[in-house]
Amino acid sequence: MSKRIEIASVSKRFGRVEALRDVSLAVEAGEVVALLGHNGAGKTTLFRIMLGFIRANGGTLSICGEIAGSAAARRAISYLPESVAFPKMLTGREVVELYATLKGAARGDAGKALEQVGLAEAADRRCGTYSKGMRQRLGLAQAIVGQPKVLLLDEPTSGLDPVSRGEFYELIAGLARSGTAVLLSSHGLSELEARAERVAILRKGRLVADGPLAALQKSAGLPTRIRVRSTAGGAADIHQRFGGRRINGASVEIACAGEEKMPVLAALHAAPEPVADIEVMPPTLDEVYRYYSLGSNVEEDRS
Amino acid sequence: MKAVLAIALTEIRIGIRNRWVLLSAAILAIFSILLVVLGSGPSGTVDAHPLTVAVASLSTLAVYLIPLIALLLSFDAVAGEVDRGTLQLVLATPIARWQVLFGKFIGHTAVLTMALMLGYGAAGMLGYALGGGEDMPLFELLLLVATSVLLGAVFVAVGYVASCSARQTGTAAALAVGIWLVTVVLYDMALLGGLLASQDGVFARLVFPWLLLFNPADAFRVYNMAIVDGSLLRTGLGAGPTGLPLEGAGVLLSPVLWCLAALGLATLAFRRVTP
Ligand SMILES: Nc1ncnc2c1ncn2[C@@H]1O[C@H](COP(=O)(O)OP(=O)(O)OP(=O)(O)O)[C@@H](O)[C@H]1O
Ligand SMILES: [Mg+2]
Repeated sequence: MSKRIEIASVSKRFGRVEALRDVSLAVEAGEVVALLGHNGAGKTTLFRIMLGFIRANGGTLSICGEIAGSAAARRAISYLPESVAFPKMLTGREVVELYATLKGAARGDAGKALEQVGLAEAADRRCGTYSKGMRQRLGLAQAIVGQPKVLLLDEPTSGLDPVSRGEFYELIAGLARSGTAVLLSSHGLSELEARAERVAILRKGRLVADGPLAALQKSAGLPTRIRVRSTAGGAADIHQRFGGRRINGASVEIACAGEEKMPVLAALHAAPEPVADIEVMPPTLDEVYRYYSLGSNVEEDRS
Repeated sequence: MKAVLAIALTEIRIGIRNRWVLLSAAILAIFSILLVVLGSGPSGTVDAHPLTVAVASLSTLAVYLIPLIALLLSFDAVAGEVDRGTLQLVLATPIARWQVLFGKFIGHTAVLTMALMLGYGAAGMLGYALGGGEDMPLFELLLLVATSVLLGAVFVAVGYVASCSARQTGTAAALAVGIWLVTVVLYDMALLGGLLASQDGVFARLVFPWLLLFNPADAFRVYNMAIVDGSLLRTGLGAGPTGLPLEGAGVLLSPVLWCLAALGLATLAFRRVTP
């Protein structure tokens, strides 16, 4: 029963669109899982099914062992939708107090939640006056109020500046330490800044990856690129010897598997052609993400 | 229960802060003050308190104004929250859907009550200034406020049905205006037409009274007309034929039942709303 979220072979179609296909995912207490995927991959749909707003066409779903959407499941869950417009006339505190009461939490928890998201100062201003980032924080405050067992956050960092984003992940890590299971969606690995223990990637409604970031990076098997700049027109010779790709007049880019990197570098060092500079570029998080999210034909997109 | 009250309180707060209470109170006050002033003019009945005349005309006016105000207050309740995304937040919490609707109903009815008390209160005050405290129809005025709240509650609930049935706020608004037009304008015209068309009086005796009471707005008017002295009210439908199936307060059964039915229907329709 340590599994807070258990999704087993869930499918959902909207008419001809297959939004989710045979998706299985489990999140345990204290875990932070990032759900990634391109626009329209099915992230929001999965969240809405977990909340019982829409019904899956197949598969089973449980939240803390309860049927998704039941009152018992909703007692455990908290949700931040991707877009929400709070009543302009209410203050931030009033908004959070309302949801605290609806969740059966103490009203006093509202103040704490507002403080945690850094809205303590603006709490008594009307939320019609809030900036985009402040509204996002307010949404976050209503989600974390009352110590939920399960936290579903749909694109929680959109609209946050880099510093706020860092603070946000600190906050989430703190909640996870106290036992909350967190499932958050995002558009790319680089946005996560390696803050999630586990990453699940949806592509066109199917789960194509689920595991720790390091493992995903490894199993993607993306090549390391070595960019060699030559002086005095040696680029053509280097290109001839090592293959790879001509970038501009003076540079060649050589792609090689991770373990071939050192031999190639050694060979470059020993080569007679004049080498002005060598740049070694391991696969970026973005490339790893693109590999899973777009399919394996990412090579063509690399530049 | 706490959750229901929290929702009601939120609606009241919003109603007050977006000047909704003030605006509808002002509209009501302007009309009722006008009626008091007109009622106290030289052409008015000499022996009656100006407010008595005004209460009679007010109840006729209220039939049009209050359903409109109530519908405008409630048509956005569900469709608007779907649009803004806040319904997802509310329905993600353990609160049951009927409780959400009930909380909103309490809140909106309270907002309406505030507007009515302010609006009619202004008229009452002016009536007191013009006609003095002696035989001032305070009781009638209070009954008018109370029954107006009831009438408003009916249309608040009807507005929820519209709000839960429409996918967009705009559609819900159109639906609300349509409901208003049919129930308070066209319905009465149709009844009048029926009275004129059936010369033998069968319609007038057997069908008309039921149809009149069937419409909560007409029932409201019949009730208030009967409360105020009969000699003042030869105004159209309100004069009403004799032999209504229900008498006195019994007439109010119509709005009460309508209110319950509309709330029930709205609850059912709300179940099918996807936030
Ligand atoms: N109510 C609906 N009716 C019809 N199709 C829908 C509905 N909701 C979602 N879809 C479709 O299901 C697919 C998944 O949509 P979803 O909103 O889950 O994507 P997402 O991963 O959240 O995308 P984004 O990153 O843009 O938010 C899309 O093709 C979308 O068009
Ligand atoms: Mg989405």
